[in-house]
Amino acid sequence: MSILIDENTKLVVSGLTGREGSFHSLRNRDYGTNLVAGVTPGKGGQDVDGVPVFDTVAEAVKETGANTSMVFVPARFAADAALEAYDAGCKTIVVITENIPAMDMARVVPYIRASGDATLIGPNCPGVLSPGKANVGIIPPEIAKPGSVGLVSRSGTLVYQIVYELTEGGLGQSTCVGIGGDPIPGSDFIDILSKFEADPETDVVVMVGEIGGDAEERAAEWAKDNMTKPVVAYIAGRTAPPGKRMGHAGAIISGSKGTAAAKTEALEAAGIRVAMNPVEVAELAVKAHASL
Amino acid sequence: MDLFEYQGKEVLRRFEVPVPEGRVAKTPEEAAEAARGLGGKVVVKAQVQVGGRGKAGGIKLAESPEEAATVAGDILGMDIKGHVVKRVLVERAGDIKDEYYVSFLLDRSERNFLGMMSAEGGVEIEEVAVSNPDAISLVHIDPLLGFSDFHARKLVFGANLAPEARGGALEMLPKLFRAFVELDASLVEVNPLVLTGDGKVVALDAKVTLDDSAAYRHSIFEELKAAHEIPEQERLAKEKGLNFIKLDGDVGIIGNGAGLVMSTLDVVKDAGGDPANFLDVGGGADADVLSAGLEVITSNPEVKSVFVNIFGGITRCDLVAQGILDALSRLDMKVPMVVRLDGTNAEEGRKMLADQPHDLLIPAETMLGAAATAVELAQKGA
Repeated sequence: MSILIDENTKLVVSGLTGREGSFHSLRNRDYGTNLVAGVTPGKGGQDVDGVPVFDTVAEAVKETGANTSMVFVPARFAADAALEAYDAGCKTIVVITENIPAMDMARVVPYIRASGDATLIGPNCPGVLSPGKANVGIIPPEIAKPGSVGLVSRSGTLVYQIVYELTEGGLGQSTCVGIGGDPIPGSDFIDILSKFEADPETDVVVMVGEIGGDAEERAAEWAKDNMTKPVVAYIAGRTAPPGKRMGHAGAIISGSKGTAAAKTEALEAAGIRVAMNPVEVAELAVKAHASL
Repeated sequence: MDLFEYQGKEVLRRFEVPVPEGRVAKTPEEAAEAARGLGGKVVVKAQVQVGGRGKAGGIKLAESPEEAATVAGDILGMDIKGHVVKRVLVERAGDIKDEYYVSFLLDRSERNFLGMMSAEGGVEIEEVAVSNPDAISLVHIDPLLGFSDFHARKLVFGANLAPEARGGALEMLPKLFRAFVELDASLVEVNPLVLTGDGKVVALDAKVTLDDSAAYRHSIFEELKAAHEIPEQERLAKEKGLNFIKLDGDVGIIGNGAGLVMSTLDVVKDAGGDPANFLDVGGGADADVLSAGLEVITSNPEVKSVFVNIFGGITRCDLVAQGILDALSRLDMKVPMVVRLDGTNAEEGRKMLADQPHDLLIPAETMLGAAATAVELAQKGA
């Protein structure tokens, strides 16, 4: 199976006509993703390398049956583009754009979540890759191979690093999900862990967190009672100083909250082994897989 | 962006939140002038973005303009937890009957807004949360619904404010909330919120954090930012579009992606070293960006070795290698550089480096091996 995206994904991209948008969307298509449409207001009727462009997502969905959206538009238009994709009926919406004002996401995220029938991934994320099936986003797919490890991460480059280590270690992946580095992500660890728990093709889960917020602590608490599959973890930013925003808008230790130590402790208390570095977390996954 | 207290009060005033009358001064003379303008007793407050000013001697009373000049002279230039005081806020001193706490912030876990109020003002709210959690009244506010009068009542009555403070607080809370939302703030904190002798409720302090991502829709952000001094190295980095934070060690770090760079700092520390900085060149960095990053890092004389840790995704390792070679020929590099390349076009990149060997260039196979080498070199060079 895999989660979120697969061979049935029909992708519409908001911002397909942009430089980054077209580059990555066409790369996704090259990988085998069924890229059916692009949306740029005012450019309806054009095409990008044969992919039809529409003025609205609603029109794109009506004409092509798109069920998944990728948002690649600049920050000031991105929250609106996510809402438009939701309104048009897309069930999976992946927002790659970074630097979207938190106030916007504070409205968009609860609104889409309350619907219960659509999943928002991101913003400020590398996207989703189901090896061998579909790629929606900017994760380089060459390093991945189909398999049974589910990976969920706040960081993008750590997805690449760990996928690479897993593949080197002989383990393929069911789906790799970058949930993004923002304070209010559309989906959090618990959302993705529960999808992996329900996915028959996934048998080990790697969770990659970082400093800031308490998403890892909440996930640990949830996993204790709800995950039957083994989970291993890694937390980046053990040595980060408090009060400094480490690149990601969400990666900041506020007062005594959000430290890697607190997250590690919570995960370990839930029986989740926490690696010291990205190389070791792949090794833990290999071991967990071998002992199944 | 964290605002200075005087800036926070300035923006709150625009939303009709009552704040004491005050003026900013950069010299003792200006402080005296401000005190004269205000008349009577004043309080002189260091403007630094760090807590604990009072304890450090950064807040003082003055009875006269002359005394205001004297205490301003003491406070200006003072180093408070590494922050040098460049400005003081001179405010009319009021008669304080009671001190409270109030804040609005973005609640990441609940995906909504959180309002907090407490009758225990003037102390860190985190301390109150530990010592007396029942003293804090909390309300979660649905961003789609906004702030309703009952939220204000829940806060004010829940926090058990003095009866004569209730009216003023109930009137102020919606204004404070409006400021929080309309300014794209992630935090608006007033501690203490005071009840004055004449029964008014006034924001005696203001801590406001604005969301930099929203700068495009607030012309005022640029203006506020101008008062913030950015260290030379950070300014240089920002100009070149790099995400840079200075740290205290001697191993310079460059990587792509915030998570990988954080992780790189961790493995350097584990190898017994101390990172000199956080530097994320971002996705899709080309030769120019890499070369600029190396320039920023090596402008710090403390740096004794550099660790370049790249996992190419959108970023192409051949372009990274080009940037490293450019930097070696363009800059007067004095410290060794350990380079680990993996991912997109890594083989091409490694080959480019191997084809042009240089004394200061040490290719490494793995992230952990590279960290160990970089730390060893820094220790030798120290």
